[in-house]
Amino acid sequence: MELNARIPAGPIEQKWDRHRFDMKLVNPANKRKYNVIIVGTGLAGASAAATMGELGYNVQAFTYHDSPRRAHSIAAQGGINAAKNYQSDGDSIYRLFHDTVKGGDFRSREANVYRLAQLSLNIIDQAVAQGVPFAREYGGLLANRSFGGAQVSRTFYARGQTGQQLLLGAYQALERQVNAGTVTMHTRHEMLDLVVVEGRARGIVTRDLLSGKVESHSADAVILATGGYSNVFFLSTNAKLSNVTATWRAHRRGAGFANPCYTQIHPTCIPQSGDYQSKLTLMSESLRNDGRIWVPRKKGDDRSPERIPEGERDYYLERLYPAFGNLTPRDIASRRAKEMVDAGQGVGPLKNGVYLDFRDAIDRLGKQAVSDRYGNLFAMYEKITGEDPYREPMRIYPAPHYTMGGLWVDYNLMSNVPGLFVIGEANFSDHGANRLGASALMQGLADGYFVVPITIGDYLSGTPPWTGGSGDAAFRDVERDAKARTDRLLSAKGTRTVDSFHMELGRLMWDLCGMERNAEGLEEALEKIPKLREAFWNDVTVPGSGETLNQSLEKAGRLADFLEFGELMCRDALERDESSGAHYRREHTTEEGEAKRNDDEFAHVSVWEYRGEGEVPVEHREELEFEHVPLSQRSYK
Amino acid sequence: MRLTLHVWRQAGRDDTGSFETYQADGISESMSFLDMLDLVNEELAQEGKEPIAFDHDCREGICGSCGVMIDGVPHGPKSMTTACQVHMRSFKDGDEIWVEPWRATSFPVIRDLVVDRSPFDRIIEAGGYISVRTGSVPDANTTPISKGAVETAMDAAVCIGCGACVAACPNASAMLFTASKVAHLALLPQGQPERYDRVLKMVDVHDEEGFGNCTNHGACEVACPKGISVDYIAQLNRDLVRATLSFRPEKGTAE
Ligand SMILES: Cc1cc2nc3c(=O)[nH]c(=O)nc-3n(C[C@H](O)[C@H](O)[C@H](O)COP(=O)(O)OP(=O)(O)OC[C@H]3O[C@@H](n4cnc5c(N)ncnc54)[C@H](O)[C@@H]3O)c2cc1C
Ligand code: FES
Repeated sequence: MELNARIPAGPIEQKWDRHRFDMKLVNPANKRKYNVIIVGTGLAGASAAATMGELGYNVQAFTYHDSPRRAHSIAAQGGINAAKNYQSDGDSIYRLFHDTVKGGDFRSREANVYRLAQLSLNIIDQAVAQGVPFAREYGGLLANRSFGGAQVSRTFYARGQTGQQLLLGAYQALERQVNAGTVTMHTRHEMLDLVVVEGRARGIVTRDLLSGKVESHSADAVILATGGYSNVFFLSTNAKLSNVTATWRAHRRGAGFANPCYTQIHPTCIPQSGDYQSKLTLMSESLRNDGRIWVPRKKGDDRSPERIPEGERDYYLERLYPAFGNLTPRDIASRRAKEMVDAGQGVGPLKNGVYLDFRDAIDRLGKQAVSDRYGNLFAMYEKITGEDPYREPMRIYPAPHYTMGGLWVDYNLMSNVPGLFVIGEANFSDHGANRLGASALMQGLADGYFVVPITIGDYLSGTPPWTGGSGDAAFRDVERDAKARTDRLLSAKGTRTVDSFHMELGRLMWDLCGMERNAEGLEEALEKIPKLREAFWNDVTVPGSGETLNQSLEKAGRLADFLEFGELMCRDALERDESSGAHYRREHTTEEGEAKRNDDEFAHVSVWEYRGEGEVPVEHREELEFEHVPLSQRSYK
Repeated sequence: MRLTLHVWRQAGRDDTGSFETYQADGISESMSFLDMLDLVNEELAQEGKEPIAFDHDCREGICGSCGVMIDGVPHGPKSMTTACQVHMRSFKDGDEIWVEPWRATSFPVIRDLVVDRSPFDRIIEAGGYISVRTGSVPDANTTPISKGAVETAMDAAVCIGCGACVAACPNASAMLFTASKVAHLALLPQGQPERYDRVLKMVDVHDEEGFGNCTNHGACEVACPKGISVDYIAQLNRDLVRATLSFRPEKGTAE
């Protein structure tokens, strides 16, 4: 596997400009001769499809949803960063770049992050021109809010529905191209595999989720925009259907998987309420601005919160981090909450949460002011738990939320398989070992609107339009594989449901490769996962047939891939024998109990090469260099 | 608690379909309505029977995937709440619950509780956007927009495209859906150049897709999980009248 990041030469401020000039272009008249497949129509995929359709490419876009508007991106609440410096508070492209590299704990590529910060400006302009109703100030100019990990106010938002409004903007631009005939939309189609012909990505094999038909689609290039893999944990804040299949299948066909162990846990989610809960709900992090986090000092204290006197409460973040208090970064707040619950000080019926208390804020500011700030969140909390946060403290607990790892890509966002591009949460590119709040939307849209539509031209201009088409024998082979897998799932006719296996995998991943990891636990996971996978294939029951809408079959196929992927995630976590960002190895902590990096040995991207079923994958490395942001240790004391 | 469910089962578009009865045992108050369906489905799968098909994804009331009639009411008993956000504490032990798909000619049933809502995409495709090319746009702060205008636009833009408005309407009209997009864009300066063209095109496709006319019944507003007001339909109608009188190109003239 050859890893050439192809970072352009020159000063960091000029790399992207120079590169745009140096890249070869496709003649406008020739663009329509090129077919491009885009899998996924979330923020990254929809924005890419709209822009490439506009440029004149012949775009085929795929999603398993009934409409592009349903993608997981729709659920993003808080906002999107951009270095507009509209607040004149000292923000700049350089500062956003700096914050993102530092927030990523020095495990991302400087050149990519710089470009991201540059393009952040264009995203806001684009969204506003499309009619995205971002919040405004009284004078009519755009408003901003602050977000964790930054000392400036650079987050743009549309109430608590920023992801929805940005996705609708991209979706509408996409539908405009559907109308213009440049984009063909294939809804309720799931990509089952990638087709590589003579070393180049040439198409995909899909299943029509309504008819069950397995079909081939060929193209000159394939772009994956299929999102993240947090659902390997079964319970996460991701949409229920989010899965790893597209990127995992591409990995099996030769694409390197980078840093799979980097998974982010969000500190403020509503704790699980029972065994049959299907997903976890995020409560915006902004609540930590005014809420105070505490647990009872006494283990197993069953008194209701208002009956626990002040002296018997432990405001542990304020105690441990007097400077930052309740506003410590996500990873720290999450780990401390887990420690409290593990120590038996958890609260709530299942003793699986910590309190986030607004009593003092209400005393200080008044109920109205608190309601103005957080009213919609309080209402959402009440809807889910039936408890009134104005009267009793909220209960929160960390949950898997975002995955920084993904398919390896070069500066052009192309994987090591020529012609296969990867954008949005599906790639590994910009967030290193930890993502800052409000930066995922920014990255997905930068990739989709502004990077890949340009960089793909550099690739396509060097390859004549492909005439092979889906008649090529390679497609038949991949189709056969896909059908065989489906048949095998349907014919296993075992005794256990798909979800029961997924819950078991999720629990195992959470316990052994979750918020905290250690060598012993990871080795245990590496022994257990193959066994669970074997049990799954022998004993799963998938009712129904392959020729109709069959949601059990869809789930089973996705879980089969998670069962392979989970193993790679644990292997990567084991191999990365340091702590960095969200990857916390218990063996590597500072005296203060924080993540301790080892830059001498691990300032690299780990890129895994697939070697076949049951074979140990091979690790390759892309060394990272930090010329602009000096390596330093975080401290929030 | 223990509940009796009557759930619409239909194998495919051309099947006639019928209600099946299931007992749901061990349901706790903290479960969501969809968690409860998951539980019933787990038991069905365990017995090797086909689970109930239903659309869902975010389970947070924002993707618009879920949507079923619960006891004849779109999204069930709680106002301004999608089916995925309805919790079982809204029901009591021993309740009988009827669960059906959206019923509308323009939303044919695909299977069980899953319907085809693709006409919504086609209404947007007809003109539910502002035609700007990627990259060739002015700085975002070039045009100030009053806070009030943006808030009113946002009140319309929050539509999640679930289809409850259609299911609630006695005429199976999709006017609230269409109006929310028309109004969102018409309320912003960016949306002005295409304002009248847009409303004509979107309403044409709305009608071609077989949705009924709006007769100001108001059931859509009540059913809407986002509380979108029928006032936006009035606004659409005003724009439509203006567009038809002064804007629509004569038939036969070159455009
Ligand atoms: C609750 C929540 C709140 C968040 N809030 C914020 C925030 O405030 N700010 C921020 O910056 N980020 C936020 N994030 C993160 C952010 O929302 C996501 O990282 C981002 O939206 C991912 O976009 P995407 O386009 O890469 O993928 P997605 O939106 O996940 O889209 C994936 C697409 O791929 C399709 N797909 C996947 N696999 C296949 C397949 N095999 N075949 C066919 N189609 C397929 C899906 O149908 C979908 O269209 C939040 C995340 C969560 C969970
Ligand atoms: S599942 Fe997304 S709105 Fe209900």
